[in-house]
Amino acid sequence: MHYASIVMLIVEAFSLFTQQSLPACKPVLTPEWVVEIVERYDIGCVPEPFRIDKVPKYMKAPIYIYYQLENYYQNHRRYVKSRSDKQLLHGQNEHGISSCQPVEVNNDRPIIPCGLIAWSLFNDTFTFIRNRAELKVNRKNIAWKSDREHKFGKNVYPFNFQNGTLIGGGKLNPTIPLSDQEDLIVWMRTSALPSFRKLYGRIEKDLDVDDVVVVHLMNNYNTYSFGGKKKLVLSTTSWLGGKNDFLGLAYVFIGSSSVTIAVVFTLLHLLSPRH
Amino acid sequence: MAAASSRKRKGKIRWSKLYSFAACFRPLTSEERPAARELIGQPGFSRVVFCNEPHLHKRKPYKYPYNYISTTKYNVLTFLPRALFEQFRRVANFYFLLAAIFSLFSLAPFSRASLIAPLVFVVGISMLKEAVEDWHRFLQDLDVNNRTVKTHISNGVFVDKLWKELRVGDVVKVNKGEYFPSDLLLLSSSYEDGVCYVETMNLDGETNLKIKRCLEASLCLNEDEEFSKFKATVHCEDPNPNLYTFVGNIEFEKESYPLSPSQLLLRDSKLRNTDYIYGVVIFSGHDTKAVRNSTRSPSKRSRIERKMDHIIYILFSMLVLVSLVSSFGSLLYLRQDMVDWWYLQLPDDNKVNDLDDSNSEKYDDRFFNPSKPVQSAGLQFIRALILYGYLIPISLYVSIEVVKVLQTMLINKDIELYDDVTCKSVQARTSNLNEELGQVEMILSDKTGTLTCNQMEFRKCSIAGLSYGGDITEVDLAASMRMNTDFEPFEFSIDETDGATRSFEPFEFSVSSFSAQNGNARLTKTEGPVIKGFNFRDDRLTNKNWIHGSNLFDITMFFRVMALCHTGIPLEDDNHKTDKLSYEAESPEEVSFLIASQEFGFQFCRRTQSLMVLKEFDPSSMKEVEREYKLLNLLEFSSSRKRMSVIVSNEDGQIFLLCKGADSIIFDRLADNGKAYEQATTMHLSSYAEDGLRTLAFAFRTIEAAEYESWNTIFTQAKATIGPEREELLEQASEMIEKDLILLGVVAVEDKLQKGVPECIDKLAQAGLKIWLLTGDKRETAINIGFACSLLRQDMKQFHLSLSRDAESNNQVKDMKEDILQQIESSYKMVCEERNKEAPFGLVIDGKALEIALRGDVKDEFLQLAVNCASVICCRVSPKQKALITRLVKQYTGKTTLAIGDGANDVGMIQEADIGVGISGMEGMQAVMAGDLSLPQFRFLERLLIVHGHWCYQRISKMVLYFVYKNVAFGLTLFYYELYTSFSGEVLYDDWYMTMFNVMLTSLPVIALGVLEQDVSSDICLQFPALYQQGPRNVHFSWSRIIGWILNGVVSSLVIFLANIYILSPTAMRENGFVADIDSLGAITYTCIIWTVNCQIALITSHFTWIQHLSIWGSILLWYIFLLVYGALPPNFSGNAFQVLVEGIGSAPLYWMITVLVVVVSLLPYFIHIVIQRSYFPMDDHIIQEMEQCYKKYDVRDNEMWVREQRNSQRSTRIGFSARVDAKILSFNQQLQQKKLSIYRSVTNSPIYRSITTSPFS
Repeated sequence: MHYASIVMLIVEAFSLFTQQSLPACKPVLTPEWVVEIVERYDIGCVPEPFRIDKVPKYMKAPIYIYYQLENYYQNHRRYVKSRSDKQLLHGQNEHGISSCQPVEVNNDRPIIPCGLIAWSLFNDTFTFIRNRAELKVNRKNIAWKSDREHKFGKNVYPFNFQNGTLIGGGKLNPTIPLSDQEDLIVWMRTSALPSFRKLYGRIEKDLDVDDVVVVHLMNNYNTYSFGGKKKLVLSTTSWLGGKNDFLGLAYVFIGSSSVTIAVVFTLLHLLSPRH
Repeated sequence: MAAASSRKRKGKIRWSKLYSFAACFRPLTSEERPAARELIGQPGFSRVVFCNEPHLHKRKPYKYPYNYISTTKYNVLTFLPRALFEQFRRVANFYFLLAAIFSLFSLAPFSRASLIAPLVFVVGISMLKEAVEDWHRFLQDLDVNNRTVKTHISNGVFVDKLWKELRVGDVVKVNKGEYFPSDLLLLSSSYEDGVCYVETMNLDGETNLKIKRCLEASLCLNEDEEFSKFKATVHCEDPNPNLYTFVGNIEFEKESYPLSPSQLLLRDSKLRNTDYIYGVVIFSGHDTKAVRNSTRSPSKRSRIERKMDHIIYILFSMLVLVSLVSSFGSLLYLRQDMVDWWYLQLPDDNKVNDLDDSNSEKYDDRFFNPSKPVQSAGLQFIRALILYGYLIPISLYVSIEVVKVLQTMLINKDIELYDDVTCKSVQARTSNLNEELGQVEMILSDKTGTLTCNQMEFRKCSIAGLSYGGDITEVDLAASMRMNTDFEPFEFSIDETDGATRSFEPFEFSVSSFSAQNGNARLTKTEGPVIKGFNFRDDRLTNKNWIHGSNLFDITMFFRVMALCHTGIPLEDDNHKTDKLSYEAESPEEVSFLIASQEFGFQFCRRTQSLMVLKEFDPSSMKEVEREYKLLNLLEFSSSRKRMSVIVSNEDGQIFLLCKGADSIIFDRLADNGKAYEQATTMHLSSYAEDGLRTLAFAFRTIEAAEYESWNTIFTQAKATIGPEREELLEQASEMIEKDLILLGVVAVEDKLQKGVPECIDKLAQAGLKIWLLTGDKRETAINIGFACSLLRQDMKQFHLSLSRDAESNNQVKDMKEDILQQIESSYKMVCEERNKEAPFGLVIDGKALEIALRGDVKDEFLQLAVNCASVICCRVSPKQKALITRLVKQYTGKTTLAIGDGANDVGMIQEADIGVGISGMEGMQAVMAGDLSLPQFRFLERLLIVHGHWCYQRISKMVLYFVYKNVAFGLTLFYYELYTSFSGEVLYDDWYMTMFNVMLTSLPVIALGVLEQDVSSDICLQFPALYQQGPRNVHFSWSRIIGWILNGVVSSLVIFLANIYILSPTAMRENGFVADIDSLGAITYTCIIWTVNCQIALITSHFTWIQHLSIWGSILLWYIFLLVYGALPPNFSGNAFQVLVEGIGSAPLYWMITVLVVVVSLLPYFIHIVIQRSYFPMDDHIIQEMEQCYKKYDVRDNEMWVREQRNSQRSTRIGFSARVDAKILSFNQQLQQKKLSIYRSVTNSPIYRSITTSPFS
């Protein structure tokens, strides 16, 4: 029996070979350009639709939508510490939320999710329209899987959130568990630097060159008081992530200078050897 | 039993009588210092001792301490506070203590445990080490304190009592070979005249026995029973450290007698050649002179460690600086921008003021309080101090302790440093001086027991103008050997140009090499059984072959002098297996003479009061006959007379004066017909002396009976005289008879050097070390040893500093000072004038002169002179002076000193020097206990310093520098990140990453480096001793290097941080569009750091074993494993690091690309630096490494280049065997040149030559 199955396997593999249909990877040697569109949208105070006149190059799906904040210190120590991982996972718990200061309780009841980070949730929204048809934005799977599954509870629902006198950022739908509130999860992975992008969603349709995309946005989030900037970014990615020339340039520069130095030393060594 | 006791009795008579002859030259100590007696009862001289009534000393005012001694640093109560104080005197420890305290008030950015635990660990380990060391000291004390001694209790009964229970006033009985338990007043001895022999080697390093003599009045107290009613009162000086003075008197049977140092037996000295003595305890325990002479062992720290403190200061200033920047930045942000950041919910300045007090009290974030910005900034400052604490490598101290312990273990285990004879190996007792071994510039060495084995060997003699025992010195041998190899090519070139030289040149050399081989053959041919004290190989004399000699009478007389002119006695209690006897005498020299004469067939077998019996080999009958010689007079040896004579009459009634003494003294007293061999003997003398042998000339004269009678009356008269002129009269009397001598010859004895000492000194000299010899022994002995060790040589200009007799007799400090100053100045002038010449200078100074020379205003001149001399020998120096010289040399030159010695007299110097080394081969353990290391033999110093010292120095300096580098590289990234977080104090890395940094992820490679790194192998170290100079010149730990490494750290941190920031922000880092958050950035940056610092150490390491590979690459791997495991823990534990590798960064190709890029870029500056350095500015070790590499491949060690490099790498030295050989070659060459010239002249003057040159063709 066993022999038979093994023989079968071999035959099958052989037929794959003879039929030239072995699984293969096809390295595409033509450079795969990452296309990125960055638009600042908070110059005017009034929320109004703006247009991306022309898509500069063909953008292959998925196209990632980011909002970019500048001069926003999400890495401030006071801010970073102001959260309770325990509460996010286990929910209603009077204890372990002291770390959420100063946003822990309101009207003597704990806030879920507590802390400054959650309280200042980004709440601008964008809709994209191409050729008068709305581009569907996929807003699922924008957060880490491990976050959704292990750090934000499936049975934890927002409670007593943004009910105080001071309203920070966005509100949460109290009927959706935290593990499905991906905007919150993304927001709560605090950024390392004061200028940062966060994933908003994906457009799963290709954009052609010279496509005109109109963005309707709700400019809710207050960055004016501290002089921050808000930008909208559409970008494709490659295996190295988004558009970043620094790495490539650095590699080229270091590689070439290493070669130069090597040549120089070899010449020096040949022309005027030691001793 | 009966036989033994009768023999004891016999011995008693002999010894006592023998020395009653000699009594004439003993200084009259009691009359010596009449002024001293008046001092009794004055302040400083108030001690009262009630002999045999120790109970009186239990109460005040006569309460003195027990004989208990303690050398421990701490006791149970003081240990904790004192040891802690010692620990927190270290700057870094103090800083971490502060950090720990702050963490208690939650001011620190890290958890309390992560700050307190390492501190407790570091301090705990160091304190444990202290405790163990002190425990060993305690055990040693316990051992000494629990020795027993026979003590009188009552009614003449003596029982064993522990040393520590002895009290002042106790009467004790000390037996032969025992140490004195405390300072004793000698009451009586087993000899009738109350003398005893004391070995003080442990105290002052002098090897010859000292005679102590009790008072006449107490002579009768020589039986146990006598002490039942004995009572006496001693008034004497208070305890003091002066070994050579003692003032006091004793009231005994209603009479008062003055006491002198010759009645005082000092603790730590040993009873020798005397069966027993009775004594009464005068000073006990810590009052004894030996203990007073000892100083507390200081805790020593190595130079690198001290410099490390400065590095810590630098890093600390960096820390304070960046902390200040942080706190100011925080202040600025707080006052200007932060209140606008609504997402922080900071209360607005104005709002706070508007709100009622309760609200502002509720406001609890002390770090960001806009209403109290200065306070907030202050708190931020403290937090920053702790946050950037990674700049200060706390684990450096732990790592260094660990590394040093491992290094010490490796040194102790080194098989090359193991002595098979004593079965001992090197023991590093404290591990904190390993690297100091690589920086030693000066060695201060004791002589006896350190360089020599305190054993005399009969080596050579010259009898009747013929030298026996090999006439080629080893220097000549080596010089001629090397000239043959060295000058062959040179010779060759001459051959072609000048045919005339050819005829004699090879001949000249062949003679020298032939005679050398010949001499060698003669030396090695007759390999008989080894006889202790007799290292003489010459078959012309041994095996009774001397009977074939030409001057039989002179030879016989020579042997008779050797066998009769001495103070020794044969030891009879040997088991009579052989007919050979062994002897005991005042000095080991005499013993060696007696053994030698026995070997030649003149066995000295008995001595009675007036008779000496020899078993002589009679050449005419070819049989051994026993002959008796009547001992008529004995004119004893003294340091001023420098000779000793006996007057004997043989069986035929012929009277002979047999004399031995220093050659100059004997030569002055030769008869006109006695100078037959003077010229030949003088030549031999100088060659013996150059080999470092101690020489004595032998002479004799026959005395007519009438002449003897008349002289004897004068002599007896002189002896009977009482009063100050007695000595002078005796001197005159002996001068009268010791004249018109007939020279027989000279003997040369070797103060036997320990194995390998000259070679070791040679190597050390080549390595550029200076060696000073400090000995308590006589000047002559010291100089002999100087020659034997090649510290001195014939063509060296020697300066002898000593007090002139006038100055000494006047006893005026001012005169003496002027005298010495003048000598120093004239010598120094000469040094300055002749500095350029080849001949080096040697300085010999004795203890008394040194005492003046080391005084405040003279010492600078003295040290200036001494430092400019190639070798310095200090003789007759006391233990205190040894320590003082060491301290002054250390202070004056600022160089690292190493003191090496074996006895208690070296303890001071051992403790004072930067490194103290005790020789563990001999008995006393004091030096070993005081030392930082102990060696079984001096010769191991070579490998210890040149190999282990060099290695440890390299290792520790590389290690410290690397530590600084890695902490700067890591610590600064924390600071840079602060710039991007508005100085809020947020940390880029997870707490656990940071804790792991010094503990696991970077510690093993650096420990492997510190323990196993070898720039070159041990063989190469020894072959290129000049490599050692890297240590004293401190090339590996210079400030430029330190700054360089700090800068390298700064560059690396900048590269790491900036590259990460620019690459990872703000775009997506993965194909799925995810961006790097704070945790991803932290993990990626941290990965880059781990890779960079570990690859950096791979670049530093030049000696890769699998351990290095494992530790370096293992550490990197460990980081990934850690990240994986930590990330797999539930989020409760791992927090934001949850799944960071698996989901966050590991799957992003960018992560790995960044790592490669950053590692390459951050290591590039260092890499370029070493490439340039190695190609264009190579250091010694680089060249040698390369050569080693080359020659490993081709295996041609004897390649010309190799030898040349090796020669070059030896530092041109002025002392040591090689230097002597060089000097010899120079003089050979000069002689050769002269000979060539003279031959050329003779040839050119010869008629044949003329006829050729004036040929008709010309």
